[in-house]
Amino acid sequence: MTTKEFNLNYKIVCSLIPKKARILDLGCADGKLLKILKNEKNIDGLGVEISQDSVLKALQKGLNIVQGDLDKGLGEFQNSSFDYAILNQTLQSTKNPEFVLYEMLRVAKKCIVSFPNFAYWKVRLYLFFKGKMPKSNVLPYEWYDTPNVHLLTISDFFEFCYKRNIKIEKSIYLTKKKARSGFLIKNIANFFSEEAIFVITKL
Amino acid sequence: MGIENYSETKFYKLDKPIALKCGKSLENIKIAYQTYGKLNNNKDNAILVLHALTGSAHAAFINKKTNKKGWWDNMIGPNKAFDTNKFFVISSNVLGGCYGTTGPKSINPSTNMPYALDFPVVTIEDMVKVQKKLVDYFGIKKIIVAGGSMGGMQALQWSIAYPEYVKSTILIATAARLNAQSIAFNAVARNAILKDSNFNNGNYYNSKHPENGLAIARMVGHITYLCEEAMYKKFGREFKGTPSFDFGIDFQVESYLEHQGKIFVDRFDANSYLYITKALDYYDPIKEYGNLENALKNSNSKFLIISFSTDWLFTTQQAKQIVSTLIKLNKNVSFVELESKCGHDAFLLEFEKQTKIIKSFLGE
Repeated sequence: MTTKEFNLNYKIVCSLIPKKARILDLGCADGKLLKILKNEKNIDGLGVEISQDSVLKALQKGLNIVQGDLDKGLGEFQNSSFDYAILNQTLQSTKNPEFVLYEMLRVAKKCIVSFPNFAYWKVRLYLFFKGKMPKSNVLPYEWYDTPNVHLLTISDFFEFCYKRNIKIEKSIYLTKKKARSGFLIKNIANFFSEEAIFVITKL
Repeated sequence: MGIENYSETKFYKLDKPIALKCGKSLENIKIAYQTYGKLNNNKDNAILVLHALTGSAHAAFINKKTNKKGWWDNMIGPNKAFDTNKFFVISSNVLGGCYGTTGPKSINPSTNMPYALDFPVVTIEDMVKVQKKLVDYFGIKKIIVAGGSMGGMQALQWSIAYPEYVKSTILIATAARLNAQSIAFNAVARNAILKDSNFNNGNYYNSKHPENGLAIARMVGHITYLCEEAMYKKFGREFKGTPSFDFGIDFQVESYLEHQGKIFVDRFDANSYLYITKALDYYDPIKEYGNLENALKNSNSKFLIISFSTDWLFTTQQAKQIVSTLIKLNKNVSFVELESKCGHDAFLLEFEKQTKIIKSFLGE
């Protein structure tokens, strides 16, 4: 992803977080988002990251970070011990997304989940015309060498939440430059959005 | 600061007796210590490094007498993990030890003989209490504590006993308490010493020492410091020569343990081994405070916890117990599990990875 797109994503996630909240950033990579949230919102944050190199970079930023594998669950964390858990651009690369989402909903009062939308029209056209697994800035990997083992669409996510009594409090749809929040018709959002950000809670 | 190549052990004598956990009090305590780097004017750049079971005050640089490097020399020094250009590093021998700090081989002032088993049973809490006296002697305002294995237990105890005073705690390859398996190994080690025909109820200082028992204790210890993978890599099933068809040393692994046992008896006191392993076994802040949360709730420290993937003596699971307690208490905590093939010994060997992590944590 380019810096510009990252900024938009970060800006929106940041806008969703209240000041001084207790935040758990799952799959936080080098802690860039946590650092922004710390500076902008004075949050009390903790990151979880599997890669040792990323853990080191996050430590260098003065962040609290715990090395761990999301797919093994969040056993170290108590129920409802965080205001927000964030899973930013990581859902699609978990081995067991359902388990990870349940664990998030267990440890945090609210969860922010974002992912690249596989039903974005450019992705559809790529597959339609080229007949190959779509690649883009958001999806830069080859099919045989991608961490994205569970790609999904906005409609998939709605259906997933509906079937499990997970409440979608907010939905924000992103294209390259713009973010639209809320009440678009789902199928239209599913077609025109490159990425989606949701705030979810247990019903 | 000039470049130090050599380290020197100094001594600090306590003028008052210390009340021990066992109920007894101990007077005339002498602490052997070394320091590296310079204490700043604010007296807030000190790091206390805490040694493991058989360590000494000599943590870094070269000892003039023995010409040997300190036990954590690859971690302490200019630009190293504990950077002596920035920090004032203190290392002392534990209470009950045999490297200069008062222990069972010290002279009991009331008998003018070595204490031997008249030495009171000391605990991790007592060791830390004595270390605090040394740190106070330097007038240190806030401290960073760091240690591996038993040293990690002491560091943890520091953050429990002096919650306002400790600003950072680094716990490496350690746990809040030993599990039954580790206590069992210590029991075997102590039995080997206690059953040695030269042991003489601990009064062996003027005759033959219980060397066979102490050597066996060390052999047991060394098994627990390695792991299957490390043993396979180091020795495999290799023979030293050809099979002897008797009960001599056949395998490389036997030869290694024999050697480790032999060199250990020249450098360590059997009574100290009994006392220190007992201190390890007894340490249990979970029992002491009802749970670990209660023990740590007042701490103002930030924590870095490091475990090693193949360490089965102090497991990642045990490290995570401390991590999860600190998260629950909303303390500043970071945790890393390092991949290593070295077992428990990794905390002394994997210095490159540890250096990166510790430097990042200490804010460089």
